[in-house]
Formats: sequence, C-alpha cells, structure tokens
Amino acid sequence: MSPKTLYDKIWDAHVAHEAEDGTCLLYIDRHLVHEVTSPQAFEGLRMTNRKVRAPDKTIAVPDHNVPTTPGRNDPKNMTEDSAIQVAALDKNAKDFGIHYYPVSDVRQGIVHIVGPEQGWTLPGMTVVCGDSHTATHGAFGALAHGIGTSEVEHVLATQTLIQKKSKNMKVEITGKLAPGVTAKDITLSVIGKTGTAGGTGYVIEYCGEAIRDLSMEGRMTVCNMAIEGGARAGLIAPDEKTYEYCMGRPHAPKGAQWEAAVAWWKTLYSDDDAHWDAVITIAGEDIAPVVTWGTSPEDVLPITAVVPSASDFQGGKVGAAQRSLDYMGLTPGTPLTDIEIDTVFIGSCTNGRIEDLRAAAAILKGKKIKEGLRAMIVPGSGLVRAQAEEEGLADIFKDAGFEWRLAGCSMCLAMNPDQLAEGERCASTSNRNFEGRQGYKGRTHLVSPGMAAAAAITGKLTDVRDMM
Amino acid sequence: MDKFTTLTGIAAPMPLVNIDTDMIIPKQFLKTIKRTGLGANLFDEMRFDRQGNEIADFVLNQDAYRSAEIIVAGENFGCGSSREHAPWAIKDFGVRCVIAPSFADIFYNNCFKNGILPIALPKDVVDVLMKDAEKGANARMSIDLEAQTVTTSDGEVFSFEVDSFKKHCLMEGLDDIGLTMAKADSINTFEAQAAQARPWV
Repeated sequence: MSPKTLYDKIWDAHVAHEAEDGTCLLYIDRHLVHEVTSPQAFEGLRMTNRKVRAPDKTIAVPDHNVPTTPGRNDPKNMTEDSAIQVAALDKNAKDFGIHYYPVSDVRQGIVHIVGPEQGWTLPGMTVVCGDSHTATHGAFGALAHGIGTSEVEHVLATQTLIQKKSKNMKVEITGKLAPGVTAKDITLSVIGKTGTAGGTGYVIEYCGEAIRDLSMEGRMTVCNMAIEGGARAGLIAPDEKTYEYCMGRPHAPKGAQWEAAVAWWKTLYSDDDAHWDAVITIAGEDIAPVVTWGTSPEDVLPITAVVPSASDFQGGKVGAAQRSLDYMGLTPGTPLTDIEIDTVFIGSCTNGRIEDLRAAAAILKGKKIKEGLRAMIVPGSGLVRAQAEEEGLADIFKDAGFEWRLAGCSMCLAMNPDQLAEGERCASTSNRNFEGRQGYKGRTHLVSPGMAAAAAITGKLTDVRDMM
Repeated sequence: MDKFTTLTGIAAPMPLVNIDTDMIIPKQFLKTIKRTGLGANLFDEMRFDRQGNEIADFVLNQDAYRSAEIIVAGENFGCGSSREHAPWAIKDFGVRCVIAPSFADIFYNNCFKNGILPIALPKDVVDVLMKDAEKGANARMSIDLEAQTVTTSDGEVFSFEVDSFKKHCLMEGLDDIGLTMAKADSINTFEAQAAQARPWV
C-alpha cells in the first residue's frame, strides 16, 4: 500500500461514491447545526418533502445570537429576529427528530465546544457544520470543515457532501514554546507566515513537538483558526491525550466498542514517507506572544513590535494595509504596547474553554481591571461555566471587575447584544478582526486569553510575560 | 437553481484584497430565515452610512455601476465566515459572476449552489479586466461558460478553468441533492459497511 497522510486515511474511509472525474460523495459522520445557517436548509427539506437521513448523527444547538445575560430563556428577552431564529431551530429539531441542546439546557454552548464536550466529535470522523470554525474538531484527528447552507441541506437529506479531495500541507511546529506563548500564538503566527489564503486548496496537518505538547483545548485553538489561513480543514493526529479526553464522554463509545475504536484510532497518523504538497516548519522557540494590528487575521506581529506602515507591504496588500490602518485608527511606528483599549472579550470557539479561562484567571488573580474598561468573559458552554465556578475562577473574574456571562458566541461576531460601539477598541480572544466584526466600526486586536487578561489590567495591549 | 450559460454586463471594479463575507453581508442581516431580499444590504457597511445614506465613492453607488452584473476583485475574495448569505446577497443584487485572482474555498463552493459563476484568473489577467471594468457602464464584459472565456469590451479573450462537474450543474441549473439521491444505493451500501467497521459512529 502506498503511504498515506492522516487526511488521506480519513478521506479514503469515507468515500461513498467516486465519479470518473474524481468528484466524490463523502459520507458525513457528524452534522452540527446552529440557528443562523440552518433555517433555509430545513425549509428546503419541507418544500421538497425530504427527511433528515440520519437524525442520530445530527446535533443542534443555538449559539450565535442568544443573549449571554440572565433571563434569556424567555424569548421576550431576545430581539424579535433572534427569537424567530431560535424558535425555528427549536421547531426544526423537534420536527425532524435531531439531538438538541436548547438555550435552557446547561449543556448549551458554542456548537464547536459542545460537540467535543459531549463526545460527539471523535477521531477519524467526518464532521461538518454550517460554520467556518468547524475546523476546530480537527484537533481530534477528525476531518472537519464549514459548509454553506445549501450544503447543510444536502447533508441533512443525504448524509453526504459532494467533494473533491484537497491537497496535503504539513505545518510542523518544532521544539518547545517559551513561557507566555500559547496555542493562540502558534495559530496566529502560522497565519502571519502563510497569509489568509496560504492554505486555500489544502487540508493542513499540524504536527511537531510543540503541537504534541498542547492539551486538547490548545489543539482545538490551533485547528479552529485553520480556516483563517484559508485551509479547508486543520488536523492533528490523535494520541493518548485525545483518547483520554474522549473517554467517558456521554456519546463516546464504551466497553468493547471503545477498545475497537481506540484500535482504529491508533492507525490514524501520517505515514513516514507520505507525500506532502507543501511543508511549513516553524521553530516553537521563535514564536512570541502576538497580537493583530489590522483587519485581517494575517496582520500578526509580536507584542514587542511597532505598528507597521503600508509601505512595508507589497502588491494589493499596500492598499489593504492603509485601509486597515485608517480603520483601526493607528499611526505607523507606534509601539503596540502603547495602544489603549476600551473593551476586553474573553470567549469564543477559539478560546472559550476551561484552559483558556484558567490562563486568564492566572493573570487576573488578585488584580483589578483598569477603571472605565468594559471586560467580559463568556464561557464556551454551560458546562465550562459550571466548571469555572467550581474551580473558583468565576470569583477571580468577578473580583477583578469582569462581567461573568452565560455561554454563547457573543462578541466574537456580535450577532447578539454584545457588541462594540463605533470606534471602540477591543483586545479579543476571538478569531476575526474583520471590519465591523465585533460591531459597526469596532476595532479588534486578536490575542490569547493571557494577553487579553493582561490588557484588561493595564488598559493597553500588554506583553503577558511582564505579568507572569 | 438558475442556470448560468452566458452573461454580458457591466463589471464593477473592487481592487481590494481579502474582501471577506462580513463585508459582503454584515452579521445583522443574517437573522433572516429566508434566502431572498439580501441584495439591499450587499456590502452594507461600505455602501451606506449609519443613517442609511449612500456613501458616494463606493463603486456600486456610482451611476455607472448600479446595475453591475459582474464584480472584479482582488485576491482571496469571500474569505472568512461560511455564511451563504454572501452569495445570496450578491445574487439578489443582480451580480451573477465574480472574477478574482483567488477565492476562499467555502465561498467558491457556495457560489455554484446559487447560480453564480466565480472565475479565478491569474493576477495579470485580472489586472487587465480591472482596467476594463474601470471604464464604466459603456464597457461591457462577456462571459461564456460553455467556451470558458471572458471577453473584455475591447474584444480581448481570456480562457478560464472550471471543474467539469460544477460547470455541468451550473449550465443545466441542476439540483445537487436530487443528483446525490439518485446515488442512494451507493450511500446505503457505504453506510451498512461503515456501521460494521465502525459501529461506534
């Protein structure tokens, strides 16, 4: 047998049909659904009298526009259009008989946090969702990617996706990370190097010592932003940490099935002499705590750097950089650590897991946030929230002056009431710094949870290493 | 789905790289449960101020481009969120073709599901098309999907690549789901085998 990459192996195990031109029907093991990108898909099923082919493999949870403040179980406390979307998901889940975690359920949260938490996501699976950050699930060695609403309908009806195979890219992070450097800094640094289109046409496998050393939470952070580098998906080969995370989760296999599953999962790695269409290597030691300065996730710099000028770039990026500087209200040459912020947001499918909250709490313990600053922590799920309360993290946040919110996507995309006002500047642990992403004319600097916590204390973008 | 065969129309120049789907259709318009009506808010935050007044220098607000049916743009068009509301908004506005040096993967796929043709061409070719688009309403570009060509207003012809299956579906206006359901036997067989091999899934 010819050597294969991890992606090749998962792909080959899921091809239900292959046409002569290489167009495949890829079988989907898990279909995650949320309220924003699914109503039109369910409407399409109704109009054509089609059913959900595999309701047992379909899991829905409202997350994008649910409020994160108390009283949200009452639709009257949502905006009318949000309430309509959530009600539509309630009804669709019931009518089509799919698994569902309503807003009132403690297990509700961001779909990409709930999936792994409940054991829906397992190694070697194909996972899709009408959301680009589905890449998150690649941390388990699952082939996971975002799809559009037409494809959501296609998967609901057929449990397959029409696909052609992508190319293989290896991103190796060698050696150890320095103190204060996290999974977020890895994933942003990779995008800083490849650009937001560098991964287009590829599935990325992240490997190397620095990746192996990450927890499952950290690996999810890395894979989550594979889409920000343009890749169809990001993958990390499963190992003992993966099995340990999955074991005992509500929907993970048990007993003999668990043994059989692990035996198969142990075959899921890239063979030594597998073919790579592209290889990128970064030394873990060379990665610094980073921050974005512009309006593209590729606008990454070490926190010790200064704001660049448009003339530092070439081609179409010159105009884009100038537009970013104007939008962000930044002057070239300004040290990044001089940039004052109004808001801190800790949460999202990128950094809303328990480890992220622990990292923030470690910086915030016994400290107060800068006076006048708005700071909010939005746990990724109700269970993350409960665990953080049990561990005493919630008290640290509240004592520091943070708002302690209920689970949801919140200010990552600002579809709910959590938004930046015009001109407000935010240190955010989310994944996109696009124009208007966190609110009309809002300004976003992407950082790790530790960096966000440090910024909350000083009121400026801050090198977390100075606070450790 | 609407067929796409040929198109001759005005092309709007948008020489900006990394035009993301948040720009194409900001999140406040994702709260709809319909696919239609989004054209009014295409590029909303670039097109209108907070009071809803047109921003004069935005290309689609210029008289020459109000009825553009083609957009010519910079690299990595459609990056970011998977929201299909982006191609819905583009289509609803009346644009049926986007030309750029490169596209983000999910957006590119979403276009084909909605009767929109995304055309990726080398940067130097897009530069020529951008100049042609900048001539305004009198300069009409032509696209022929069957022949896989773009013709400028000066008659210069460029060939483009497109996946044969996607081309077929677009030209015939085919429903993907119907096509896949015709392969139900293959799916049934696969599902039965997979249930044996990986019963925990």
